[in-house]
Amino acid sequence: MTTESTAGTLVTKEMEEAKGVWGPERVSPPVSESDIRKWAIAVYWPEKPPRLYWDAEYAKTTRWGGIIAPSDFNPFAWPVEREVRAERATPQGGGVGTRGMNGGQVETFGQPMRPGDVITARSRLRDWNERQTRLGLTLFSFTEIEWRNQRAELVKRRVSTGIRY
Amino acid sequence: MAVNVYFEDVKPGDTIPKWSRKTDFMNWNRYAAVNDEFVYIHMDDAAGRAALNEQGAFGMGNLRYAYIVNALRDWIGDEAEIREIGCQFRAINQKDDVLTVVGKVKEKKVEEGEHRVYLDVNVVNDRGDETCPGHAIVALPSRG
Repeated sequence: MTTESTAGTLVTKEMEEAKGVWGPERVSPPVSESDIRKWAIAVYWPEKPPRLYWDAEYAKTTRWGGIIAPSDFNPFAWPVEREVRAERATPQGGGVGTRGMNGGQVETFGQPMRPGDVITARSRLRDWNERQTRLGLTLFSFTEIEWRNQRAELVKRRVSTGIRY
Repeated sequence: MAVNVYFEDVKPGDTIPKWSRKTDFMNWNRYAAVNDEFVYIHMDDAAGRAALNEQGAFGMGNLRYAYIVNALRDWIGDEAEIREIGCQFRAINQKDDVLTVVGKVKEKKVEEGEHRVYLDVNVVNDRGDETCPGHAIVALPSRG
């Protein structure tokens, strides 16, 4: 439940309160070789993915000493417990600030993910800016997500841009 | 040990090999399955049209991002690292689009003990639309 933005801004009181505050941590199930293999097949479809992602014997001969996951691999897919949320990205009410889109992201990568890794994630609303665009009053919000492995090594830091208008 | 490209062999202005896929439900459904990304606009033409895309269902931005990762990995090989990727989602991935990842070297430098190459990247469709402009940083092996 959010409070309505004040006139002339899409920034809500909840956003002001959440700015810069890390949310609760989420912990992934252990990454499996099979998860990585399926991910690689899907993103390379219909061609065969690199052996680094599925051939353990080959992967041992590389600098990594074993299979690693593609940089975009998501260990948080398929949670058993999940939030019930409104259907995303369908036509919305049409009021100002109710429409949204994914503006993009920047990801910085540290240690690669490997079979057996357990990833812990946390996120926070880092910042935003608001301006008039061809869409009308538009809010660009920047959310920072940090993933660390079981050794507390940084796996990735993502700053994603959400657009609301 | 397979090294595809050494730091010393790269110079500003070089382009990376193009990486292409024709995209439709076969790609999108597989990606939805692994990423648990089941959203009607990516699965159902009626939902896509209701979301104001006349051609119907359309592809995921995350999959285009994966294609950038793949293009970089295929170029740098297994002995190198992807350090950073950023992109903006600018246009819709329509069914049967042929998406091609392109990249051009901007600069290279030794930084934090790594031999880093900075690139501009994009995902261009077969109509020439630049759907995903962005950047990347990779760390390459050096001949030392």
